[in-house]
Amino acid sequence: MSKRTIIPIGPYHALQEEPEFFKLHVEDETVVHLDIELGYNHRGIEKLSESKTFEETIFLVERICGICSTSHPIACVQAVEDAGCINVPERALFIRSAVGELERIHSHLLWLGLAGHFIGFNTIWMWAWRFREDVLNILELISGNRNHYGMMKPGGVRRDINRTDIPAVRKLLDGLQDPIKMFRDAVIQDPLIHARTKDVGILTREMAIAYGALGPTARASGYDIDVRRDHPHAAYAMLDFDVVTCENGDVFDKVVVRILEMFESIRIIQQCLDQLEKVGGPIDSNPKFVPAGEGIGHYEAPRGEVFHYIRSDGSNRPIRHKVRAPSFMNVPTNRETVLGATVADATIILAAVDPCYCCTERMAVAVDSHCGERLLDSRDLIRLSCEKTDRLMAQTGLCGPSLPNY
Amino acid sequence: MGKDHISKAVRKQLGKSVQGFWQKSDQRIYLDIEARALEQASHVMLDEFGARFQIATGVDTSAGIEVMYHWALDEEGCVVTLRILLDKTSPKLDSIALICPAAEWIEREMWELLGIHFDGHPDMRHLLLADDWPEGNYPMRRNHEATS
Repeated sequence: MSKRTIIPIGPYHALQEEPEFFKLHVEDETVVHLDIELGYNHRGIEKLSESKTFEETIFLVERICGICSTSHPIACVQAVEDAGCINVPERALFIRSAVGELERIHSHLLWLGLAGHFIGFNTIWMWAWRFREDVLNILELISGNRNHYGMMKPGGVRRDINRTDIPAVRKLLDGLQDPIKMFRDAVIQDPLIHARTKDVGILTREMAIAYGALGPTARASGYDIDVRRDHPHAAYAMLDFDVVTCENGDVFDKVVVRILEMFESIRIIQQCLDQLEKVGGPIDSNPKFVPAGEGIGHYEAPRGEVFHYIRSDGSNRPIRHKVRAPSFMNVPTNRETVLGATVADATIILAAVDPCYCCTERMAVAVDSHCGERLLDSRDLIRLSCEKTDRLMAQTGLCGPSLPNY
Repeated sequence: MGKDHISKAVRKQLGKSVQGFWQKSDQRIYLDIEARALEQASHVMLDEFGARFQIATGVDTSAGIEVMYHWALDEEGCVVTLRILLDKTSPKLDSIALICPAAEWIEREMWELLGIHFDGHPDMRHLLLADDWPEGNYPMRRNHEATS
């Protein structure tokens, strides 16, 4: 009988929206059980929110996640607007969608780079993050900040996108088309990437539904949900875009969905800019107070639906504020996807739901469950994954995706 | 066109266990149901309407502990919230985690933060709070006082 070893991955990571602690139970090289623990950095945001005014609450939720730093505010302002039946000017809706989609592109590029790093293609990592800089530059041009844009407020947005800035935004946006095509061609068509990600970490459609999976994690499994289309908010009802889905639910399909979604995001932003050149008017309806009531706001963040519930008693503070991030639903799917996988593949499988894995790996160590001796550290885990790629290279004679023409 | 057909269908399926009803808008429907009807109601939402479990919210109010189960009807563009009022002295509900695995974590969270007990939960242990968190100390209750 083979010896069971526990490989703890986690828990702390400064960049994670939800620090997680994965305990991989492995026998030889095969994962036989996964236990997930949360709460190592529980900040009590919901309780804290009850002591903030509705305006302050938006800044608070912006700090839940550094990557989704406009998704939570959009969902939160929509919950406040739903509670108070507050109207939002049309121009503000287009600005919300434009900023939200820019965030989606930078988040997907961030993930793509990390995914490349985990399977040993650091060139993808470097290139993806290099072009992510262009997206952050656009966001800085619009909001003054690379992250934490401070754009949203109940009733509208805080800052307009100036007409004089739109040509510069368009230019940067056009410049992203070719790099994303390059990633699409280099990654999606590469046989070595196929070997590392196809049929790896499969989440079936039934499991995606049962676990309430969201975003690219659900859509890669053929679970065709997207809050932007299904529950139109911001300007999405006025915009033309496709919801990208795949069928197999493996790591490869999750890559495909995210890459193709970036093209849709560019389309959406271009349409928003077209409208911002035409649609004038105010960007804020300046609501003076939020009447007693309750409201729900949800927004399709890069990782899936962000959900906020707000209850007001007519004062200037919420008496209850519930926040549910998409990772809360997506991370438990790892219990299904990682079973039967090898340790070398576990790294990319756990990363495939995009739980901001980049720093989790720093804390990873393998401990002998009997004597407590440390067997592997985080670098070893990544090394194991990279070595698998190297073995495949040697066996097949393939050299992986090349990014030569950029 | 309104979404009256959704609320009518839900009420028809759940019968007398629906105690109150509020259609706030075409996108938001709230139904007050009895605690004992939760499991049946969840089956109706999942099987009859193909609803997606979004999350559950617990609120400590003067009338008792209010629990809301939010279900998204994605094809209809509508959120249906099932609301249950529990007695504050011993709030208890049947777990729906076995019929809806998506609810497993949030039930653990509501137990530790609000002190709601879920009968039949497959893996009830702390989710966010420390394993040695004192029993009976529920941070999201109104009477909770932070101690340094």
